[in-house]
Amino acid sequence: MTVLVIAEHDNASLKAATLNTVTAALACGGDVHVLVAGEGAAAAAQAAAQIAGVAKVLHADGAALKDGLAEALAAQVLAVAGNYSHILFPATASGKNVAPRVAAKLDVAQISDITKVVAADTFERPIYAGNAIATVQSGDAVKVLTVRGTGFDAAATGGAATVESVAAVAASGKSSFVGREISKNDRPELTAAKIIVSGGRALGSSEKFNEVITPLADKLGAAIGASRAAVDAGYAPNDLQVGQTGKIVAPQLYVACGISGAIQHLAGMKDSKVIVAINKDPEAPIFSVADYGLEADLFTAVPELVKAL
Amino acid sequence: MKVLVAVKRVVDYNVKVRVNSDNTGVDIANVKMSMNPFDEIAVEEAVRLKEKGLVTEIVAVSCGVDKCQETLRTAMAIGADRGILVETDAELQPLAVAKLLKAVVDKEQPSLIILGKQAIDDDANQVGQMLAALGDLPQATFASKVELAADKASVTREVDGGLETVALALPAVVTTDLRLNEPRYVTLPNIMKAKKKPLETVKPADLGVDVAPRLKTLKVAEPAKRGAGVKVPDVATLVAKLKNEAKVI
Repeated sequence: MTVLVIAEHDNASLKAATLNTVTAALACGGDVHVLVAGEGAAAAAQAAAQIAGVAKVLHADGAALKDGLAEALAAQVLAVAGNYSHILFPATASGKNVAPRVAAKLDVAQISDITKVVAADTFERPIYAGNAIATVQSGDAVKVLTVRGTGFDAAATGGAATVESVAAVAASGKSSFVGREISKNDRPELTAAKIIVSGGRALGSSEKFNEVITPLADKLGAAIGASRAAVDAGYAPNDLQVGQTGKIVAPQLYVACGISGAIQHLAGMKDSKVIVAINKDPEAPIFSVADYGLEADLFTAVPELVKAL
Repeated sequence: MKVLVAVKRVVDYNVKVRVNSDNTGVDIANVKMSMNPFDEIAVEEAVRLKEKGLVTEIVAVSCGVDKCQETLRTAMAIGADRGILVETDAELQPLAVAKLLKAVVDKEQPSLIILGKQAIDDDANQVGQMLAALGDLPQATFASKVELAADKASVTREVDGGLETVALALPAVVTTDLRLNEPRYVTLPNIMKAKKKPLETVKPADLGVDVAPRLKTLKVAEPAKRGAGVKVPDVATLVAKLKNEAKVI
């Protein structure tokens, strides 16, 4: 039994979610191999070889793989998939894009967003926005899984796996990459941050959002998140959204400012270690999951908090 | 050109579901059902493309029990021209749905297939990608903008960290993200009109698809409950608690 992990990387370095996925792969049992598919991604392949527990790194280098297009990446995974019992992807935008494509080509079910490996064929995953946890068993020969990063610790480094070059696939010709617009951000990455300060609709405008939330995040060295209401209203960019349809986070400390706590938002943050809610509505559902609730106007409480830290 | 949209009947997003007492699933008897929110966005996008004159016909498809007809009528009230129900009482998993849709696509030959990015009940986020794979079609998931030309689509996708744009040769599969559009409210006259639109019913066997589930659900449980928290009277107490009690700052 051998397990294949599809590394997520930007051709220069590995994304942190890869490390959590390796931990899940080790829990499945057997040898763990990592596939690094990209263009000029030798550095990422080297980094993958240093993850503790990884037995071998497959490195595919080709122009078709540069931008992680689903058609090419899925074809590359299928080209090497022959002898693997499990194929694991991080449950990120990229992993979710490609994993079902691979599973369908192999004619097997895919299991999304696993949070626990119960046995080599049995996994736990949340359904209904995290309001229920299903334990599912796969009867398929190959298990194709996406791994929720917050469900597994990051694997340590210090390994010394061999890197083996594999032939890269050609482009499908049916899709092409046009461009990318990445939000500039020198803060910790949302899904990997230890502390997250999140703002909701109560902030009222994007100016207020920046004015109130940013100093607190700076002071705590935190990433900034937002509720869907705040994102829809244009107070914060889409990729900061925390919730069922945005990012799933589980930091040490989650500070929710002016967020009511709808089911869909809670689905994205209720596994945080400590939750602080600042809201002036005593009935807000967020208080039912908050370890520490402060019933106050955030426009006075948050600046006060910044001063007190 | 013809567009196919796939719609799913799910527990309404405002309902807080409960796990049933024998831990085999969630209790959905007598719970309000509606169209999956991402699918409403998919139908809306198809209708907008039609209003722009880029699309001539919109076919809505749903797979599942007889009651999915209501979901298809809703899609037709938003603006779909006709509906196809693949009727079955069997438990449908994403791979089976993708195969059923593939069979419908083979028959209907649409230029574009639009689906929601995920259903809010199983939270799988798989069907669109699987359909694309089975049909050997290019895919653009998590779309926040779709531009259509005669033989290609340019789609802006929401990815971690920002946006990216891809160009796809048609026919292609697109799955919608929340930001793609704001679905319109259906009006009473349109609901009445939708009742007259054609709705065809087929069975999985007619399409030659085996829908047997591949995954067995062993158990469905409540998530671990969080311990009750405390309310603090002021900022100073909050800071003290975070420093000394929770030790997180």
